[in-house]
Amino acid sequence: MLKTFRIGGVHPKENKMSASAPIEVMEHPKRAVVPVSQHLGVPATALVKKGDFVKTGQMIAKGEAFISANVHSPFTGKVFRVEETLDSTGFRRMAIIIDVEPDNWMEGIDLSSDLKREIDLSPEEIVKKIHESGIVGMGGATFPTHVKYMVPEGKKVEYLIINGVECEPYLTSDHRLMLEKGEEMMIGIAILMKGLKVNKCIIGVENNKPDAIAHLKDIASKYQGISVEALKVQYPQGGEKQLIDAVLRRQVPAGKLPLDVGCVVNNVGTCFAVYEAVQKNKPLIERIVTVTGKPVKKPSNFMVRIGTPVDMLLAKAEADVEASGKIINGGPMMGKALVTTDVPVTKGTSGILLMAKAESNRNEEQNCIRCSKCTTVCPQGLEPHLLKILGKRMDAEACEVERIMDCIECGSCVYTCPAQIPLLDYIRIGKAKTGAMIRNRSRK
Amino acid sequence: MDSGIITALITLSAIGAVAAVVLYFIAQKFKVIEDPRIDDVTDALPGANCGGCGYAGCRAFAEAMVKEGTMEGFFCPVGGNDLMKSLSPLLGVEAVEKKPQIAVLRCNGSVKNSPAKYSYDGPNNCTFTHTLSSGEGGCMYGCLGGGECVDACDFDAMYMDPETGLPVVKDNCVACNACVLACPRDLLELRNRGPKDKRIFVACMNQEKGGPAKKNCSVACIGCAACFKVCPHDAITMNNNLAYIDYEKCTLCRKCVEVCPTDAIHEINFKPRPPKAEVPKKEPVKKAVVVEEGAAPAPKPAKAPRTESVEVAVEKPKAASEASDKKEENSSENQNNNQ
Repeated sequence: MLKTFRIGGVHPKENKMSASAPIEVMEHPKRAVVPVSQHLGVPATALVKKGDFVKTGQMIAKGEAFISANVHSPFTGKVFRVEETLDSTGFRRMAIIIDVEPDNWMEGIDLSSDLKREIDLSPEEIVKKIHESGIVGMGGATFPTHVKYMVPEGKKVEYLIINGVECEPYLTSDHRLMLEKGEEMMIGIAILMKGLKVNKCIIGVENNKPDAIAHLKDIASKYQGISVEALKVQYPQGGEKQLIDAVLRRQVPAGKLPLDVGCVVNNVGTCFAVYEAVQKNKPLIERIVTVTGKPVKKPSNFMVRIGTPVDMLLAKAEADVEASGKIINGGPMMGKALVTTDVPVTKGTSGILLMAKAESNRNEEQNCIRCSKCTTVCPQGLEPHLLKILGKRMDAEACEVERIMDCIECGSCVYTCPAQIPLLDYIRIGKAKTGAMIRNRSRK
Repeated sequence: MDSGIITALITLSAIGAVAAVVLYFIAQKFKVIEDPRIDDVTDALPGANCGGCGYAGCRAFAEAMVKEGTMEGFFCPVGGNDLMKSLSPLLGVEAVEKKPQIAVLRCNGSVKNSPAKYSYDGPNNCTFTHTLSSGEGGCMYGCLGGGECVDACDFDAMYMDPETGLPVVKDNCVACNACVLACPRDLLELRNRGPKDKRIFVACMNQEKGGPAKKNCSVACIGCAACFKVCPHDAITMNNNLAYIDYEKCTLCRKCVEVCPTDAIHEINFKPRPPKAEVPKKEPVKKAVVVEEGAAPAPKPAKAPRTESVEVAVEKPKAASEASDKKEENSSENQNNNQ
C-alpha cells in the first residue's frame, strides 16, 4: 500500500503528454524582460539603469528585505529601459528590459558540464551562497529559499523533504529534471542537507513516474541518508503540509510552519538550482518550463532563460494559440490564466498550459445541493461550502473563526463540485479580506 | 379550597409589595439620566442607518451631536440641509450648511471606449477581479463593471447600464459614501452637485503615460495638461499624468472641456453649446510648478465679488439662480471629508 496524505484529495486526469519529451535548450530572444519581483515578498531594487551594459550572471536587482531575493541578468547586453511593463495579470510591474547580445559570462562561473561532487563550503557559506544566487522555491510559490534555511534558535530540524511529486496534471518539468539532471540534483540535495545540518532526507515521488523513481533510487543508493519514497497519485500531494503528512505521517498544526514538525521541504528544481549555484557558481537565471495542452502540436520541456517571452516558447512548441481558449501560467489546478502572451518567463513559471476552447469555459453556477463533496476532498479539513458563503459576504471575522487562512488554494473543492460553484474564487475574496484584517490588527 | 386561594393572593401581594419597594430604591440608585434631546433628534433623523454621516447609525449620530453640543462637523447627507436646519431649534445651535453632493464615476471606459481584449470567466465581484487582473479592457485603473457599488447603494440610486457596462448614479443619490468605500479602485468620488446640478469632472483615473493609456481606452486622460494650462482659476492639478478638478475652485467655465483632446472631461446638465461660440482667447495663465492639492493658490487678479450666500443651488428659486449662475460658487468653509 503506497503512502499518501490522510485527509481529502482528488485524482484529476493526469494528461502528462510532454513526459517523454527531453529537455530542449531554448534560443535567446532579441529582447528580454526581467521583472524585479519574481518571488514572494518585497520586490528587489534595481541596481542598473538605462544604457548600462550587463553580463550574463551579473546581479541586476538586490533583494534587501528579509523575505526577498536577488535577481541576476540572464543575458548579456545593454539595458534598454528600466520601467513598468505588463505582467501576466495585466498590471504594470517594474522590470529591467535588456537588448540581448551573444553571451559574455561573468567571471568565476563554471560552464563545464562535469559533475563536481565535493562540497567545499561550510553550512553558513552554503546558505549565504543560496541567498546571493537569488534562489527561490521553483515549484511555483517562489518563496525565497535562504529564509527556510535560517532556522530560528530552539527549532530542531530532523528531515529534509524533497518534493518530486509534481501532482499538477499536465506539467512534466520536474519529471524531466529528475530523469535528466538526477545526479546534479542529488548533489544539490547533499548540499542542502549539509546546509541544514541534517542527515536524513526523503524524496517523495508520485507513482506515475516509475522511471524517475527507479533512476533516483539508483543514484540515492550512493548517498548516505537519502531515500526515495514512491507515493500514491493524489492531488494536492505537492503541497508542503500534504507531503509531510504523506511521507512522515506528521501533521503541521494550523498557522505553523513545517519547521515546527522538524521538516524543511524543497522542490527538486530548487535542488538543481542549488547545485548550479554552489558547485558551479551560477546564479538562478534559467529554469525548465513545460509547454503543453491539447492545442500544442509538440508538447515539450524547455530549458529557458528567465526573461524569455512566452510567445517564443509557444512558437517553438508549435502551439495553436487561436484554437485555445485559455493560456495558463502553471498547471490546470493552481495556475493563473494569462491576460497576454507578451509576458516573460519568471523564476516561478513551471509550465505554460493551453486549454482547447471547449474545455476552457466554466459551466454555469448552480445552487449548492449540500452533497458535502467539497468537505470530503479538502486536504486541509475545511468546509469550503461554508467558507464560500462567508467569503462572498466578506465577513472577515467569521472567516477567521472558520480557519479560512488555512486554505492552501489547491482547488480540489472546485474540481469536485457537482454544481460547478467557483468555491475557491469566493474563498480567495474571504482570504484577502481576512488577511487584511489580521495585518491591521497586528499593526496596532 | 377558598382559603388556599386567599393564602396565595395574600402571599403574592406581599411579595409584589416588597419587590416594588426594592425595585423603587434600586431604580432611584441606578438612575440613568439621558438627555431627552437624543430621542427627539433620533426621531427627526431619517432612520436609514446608512452610515453616511460617519457614525454607526442614526442614534449614534444623534448621541454624538447632543454630546458635543454643536452641529459643526455633523451632517446627515440623507436629510440634507433641510433636516439639519430643522434640528437646529432642538439643539439650540446654529446649523452648518453644506453644499449638496452627489457621487460621480470617474471612469468612462465603457465597452465601446475600451473594448475587451480577453473575456473574464469567473465571479463578477470587483474586489476579486481587481486582485486577479487589470480588467477586460486592459486599463488597470478603470471600472471593472462588477457592480459592487450598486450592491452597496442603500437608496436605489445606482444601476448598471447594460450597454456601457458602467454604473450610473441617479439623481436621487444622497452622497452617503457607501459606493465610494465599496469600489476597490476608488473610482467614485463625492463632488458638489453644483448650481442647477451642473458639474464638470475628469472622468478618468488612469495614471499611465499618454501612450499606454490611450491604447487601452479612447477616452483616457493622457496627462497632456492642456486643461491645467487653460484653467483660469487654478482649479486643476496634475498628478501622475492625471488631471483633477477641484470642485470648490471650479467656476464651471467649461474651458477645460473644450481643450481636452480625448473628451475625458465631462460636463453634466449643461445646455448644448451653440455651434461655434466665440471663445474669448485669454492668454493661458502661466504656471511653473505643479500645484499640490490644497496648496495656496497662485496670486491672480481678484475675481468678481463672491456672494456670501449660503443658499444652495437646488433649493434656489428658478429665476434667481438663473441670473447668478456663475457667482453661485460661494466660498464656503465647509469641510469635505472626501478629497
